[in-house]
Amino acid sequence: MHIMEGFLPMGHAIGWTIAATPFVVGGTIALRRTLRERPEARLTLAAASAFTFILSALKLPSVTGSCSHPTGTGLGAMTFGPAVMAPVGLIVLLFQGLLLAHGGLTTLGANVFSMAVAGPWVGWAAWRVATGVGLSTAVSVFLGAALADLSTYVVTSLQLALAFPDPTSGIAGSFLKFAGIFAVTQVPLAIAEGLLTVVVAAALVGRGGDAGHGFARLSGGR
Amino acid sequence: MDLSLTRGRTVALLVAAVAIIVLPLVLPGLEGAFTGTDDVASQAIEAARPGYTRWTMPFWEPPSKEVESTLFALQAAFGAGILGYVLGRRHGSRRRDDDRR
Repeated sequence: MHIMEGFLPMGHAIGWTIAATPFVVGGTIALRRTLRERPEARLTLAAASAFTFILSALKLPSVTGSCSHPTGTGLGAMTFGPAVMAPVGLIVLLFQGLLLAHGGLTTLGANVFSMAVAGPWVGWAAWRVATGVGLSTAVSVFLGAALADLSTYVVTSLQLALAFPDPTSGIAGSFLKFAGIFAVTQVPLAIAEGLLTVVVAAALVGRGGDAGHGFARLSGGR
Repeated sequence: MDLSLTRGRTVALLVAAVAIIVLPLVLPGLEGAFTGTDDVASQAIEAARPGYTRWTMPFWEPPSKEVESTLFALQAAFGAGILGYVLGRRHGSRRRDDDRR
């Protein structure tokens, strides 16, 4: 789940907003270029964005006895590259921050950085490495999606640890505490998201739809 | 890029995903209120930093849980509608390709 409104000190809120801004600007430029060069990718992009909309609306129970929601950003990151997910994630987070009191405006920068920047880049990198070492497409897509999901909440934990270091054990101790809340809860959800993403990616790509261009362009295939 | 799943594998993956989500609800001995991790974290911050006061509040909050659940449902429905449309179109165009062959 996202960091709630007002729960990051002002300096941290401003810092994360500054950190996230270039990714949103760069991602918007990448998005426009993708749509200009490959207008046929429009539908796939809509589907990948819609996937993020669906998954981030589903608060699911986990083994820690609390609830969290998956992110759905891995699919788009693997299909179009991680950059384009920054503006997509921003839209989802704005909707939830403004209308649902979930996340917030002062924490928007930090939440964009974890869900729309860190998650997509980690997921994309994991997928590239997995493909590179010869793992099957299905396993690579699973890893990309699951790690995009999980890393989002590892970064959330780190953001809170930096803002609220433990008086005795410092940032590391505080990180472990917040990771116990966010990241551990996320592990089963990330696995479930990985499995679901394989199914959705297979349905989108099938035997060579236009989604294939995204995967192919990045993996150097067709 | 080749990612095609047999029908059996698709079903197996979906069943596994659902099982992972349902498991915490039916697992005996797992106590929990299933509140959101964001609430848990906020409480942890307030417990660790008794002096910390939230310096901003959301300027609009859904007036009730019911209204909130509607908005979350709308968000999911909007996404599902678009995803379903794209998958359906793609499925249809693939079948036309097959017919032409």
